[in-house]
Amino acid sequence: MKRMISAVMAIALMLALVGCGNSAQTTPTTAAPATQAPATNAPATEAPETEAAAELSGTVSTDGSTSMEAVIGALGEAFMEANPDVNFTYNPTGSGSGIQAVQEGRCDIGLSSRALKDEEKEAGLTETVLCYDGIAVIVNPANTVEDLTVEQIAGIYTGEITNWSEVGGEDAEIVVIGREAGSGTRSGFEEITGTEDACQYRQELTSTGDVITAVSQNPGAIGYASLASVKDTVKAVKVDGVAPSEDTVKDESYKIQRPFVLATQTGVELNPVAQAFFDYITSADANEIIVAAGVVPAN
Amino acid sequence: MKTKTNLFEAIIHGIFLILGLITVGCVLLISVYLIISGIPAIREIGLLDFLFGDTWASTASEPKYGILPFILTSIYGTAGAIILGVPVGFLTAVYLAKFAPIQVKNVMEQAVGLLAGIPSVVYGLVGMIVLVPGIRELFDIPDGAGLLAAIIVLAVMILPSIIKMSITALEAVPKEYEDASLALGATPEETYFRVSVPAAKSGIAAAVVLGVGRAIGEAMAVMMVAGNVPNMPDSLFQSVRFLTTAVASEMSYSSGLQRQALFSIALVLFLFIMLINAALNFFLKGERNK
Repeated sequence: MKRMISAVMAIALMLALVGCGNSAQTTPTTAAPATQAPATNAPATEAPETEAAAELSGTVSTDGSTSMEAVIGALGEAFMEANPDVNFTYNPTGSGSGIQAVQEGRCDIGLSSRALKDEEKEAGLTETVLCYDGIAVIVNPANTVEDLTVEQIAGIYTGEITNWSEVGGEDAEIVVIGREAGSGTRSGFEEITGTEDACQYRQELTSTGDVITAVSQNPGAIGYASLASVKDTVKAVKVDGVAPSEDTVKDESYKIQRPFVLATQTGVELNPVAQAFFDYITSADANEIIVAAGVVPAN
Repeated sequence: MKTKTNLFEAIIHGIFLILGLITVGCVLLISVYLIISGIPAIREIGLLDFLFGDTWASTASEPKYGILPFILTSIYGTAGAIILGVPVGFLTAVYLAKFAPIQVKNVMEQAVGLLAGIPSVVYGLVGMIVLVPGIRELFDIPDGAGLLAAIIVLAVMILPSIIKMSITALEAVPKEYEDASLALGATPEETYFRVSVPAAKSGIAAAVVLGVGRAIGEAMAVMMVAGNVPNMPDSLFQSVRFLTTAVASEMSYSSGLQRQALFSIALVLFLFIMLINAALNFFLKGERNK
């Protein structure tokens, strides 16, 4: 019975996508030039903008994950730039609240920085992966350790492994650096490594930049940061033999990563503006913005 | 003619009154808001568990909200900053107010003013890049971020307030006192330390209290150098979290009881600062009544 419902819904969704094919084609073409040259190349962007403006007006409301703020904010801005009559809103409440909000119909698209649970899908939500967030494990460039397993990383963060010599490095104490409680990167990292509530931090810093600075200043330090923000002042180690990169995150061979998910109500048609936004951000035209926001596009 | 002037004056009076009331209104609004949003969490957690609980784990599956580590850290950190900062600041003030040649005084006062104008995030950044690695190498410990780094940063940050207020107090000492002392054969050093300083003591005390207020309320700089882990401050090198940073670091993502508890921390901090202000008023009143 459940299978039949989902099949029907899948067909309905397909129909909805086909139905919106037209607008989906026009929106990306208008938005893409606007993002490539937002300020410099005004004449090129103006013409399609006005064309799109005639079609789209209204509000797209999104609600959810604070980790997705950068990427969804950039996408929303680009979309609004291409469609001046559209109002885009984003409410940074956290993944759980966002999923709840879309379930109760308080927003068009719920944002979640984890895959939807089965019971959430059964309760009538569809997930669409927008992009992947890879979390790099970083050490000081002077550190000789190149490769760690997820278990070793978990051991380091829970305080079972306290010296670099235990994981093949020099004899030096490990200084564990992380983010503050509530940070999306921290919850993502702890969830993936299975170290929730068990991490023994030496420093809890409040921004990715601070973590990178602290690690770059201390030869014994280990930290984690969003893949895209890692600079060459620190060294990203391989995890289970896989170096973090866009490709390894996308093909899921790099372990420390999580999906950024768009949650929508299954079988319920989005309003035209929200649908146009949805189509735009899941199309290849949005990839440039997604990459610029520091995550790996899924589409 | 006269009624016109009176009306005009009444209007001006009214405008000034309203402007004054805006300030009072802000203070009242913030106080009431803090009290209203700070009380529920204390009620739910229990005052004693909240103030004297030694574990803070706000996002754990079984959350614990004990802020004793933060209170002790704030007290130790401030005390440390006072111990380091007051002697330096006080002696600088005596030098600038009494001994320094006028050119030196001008240059140094400019420098002190500049020090007061540096944003705290810059203190934090310099602390992170210079001080923290410095402490790590000097004491040969794995990581330099901790209570000591925070104390040093705070000590530098409170210098300008201490120096400026002490100078004002020392310069307000009537010249006759010093002249009399010098005429009786005392050396300038004896005069300044035995006559001028005692005469300015309540002003200097007020300067110290102002420094305490500045140190206990600072968030940004200490957040970057103190390590920011809710440990008990049982060593100078321990990674610690202050009352201010406890609020600042978790507020943006918090929800539910965690958020309410953060407001309760802010309320505790607010009470601390009220006490300090009361002390400041007490010393300043002493100054005026002389």
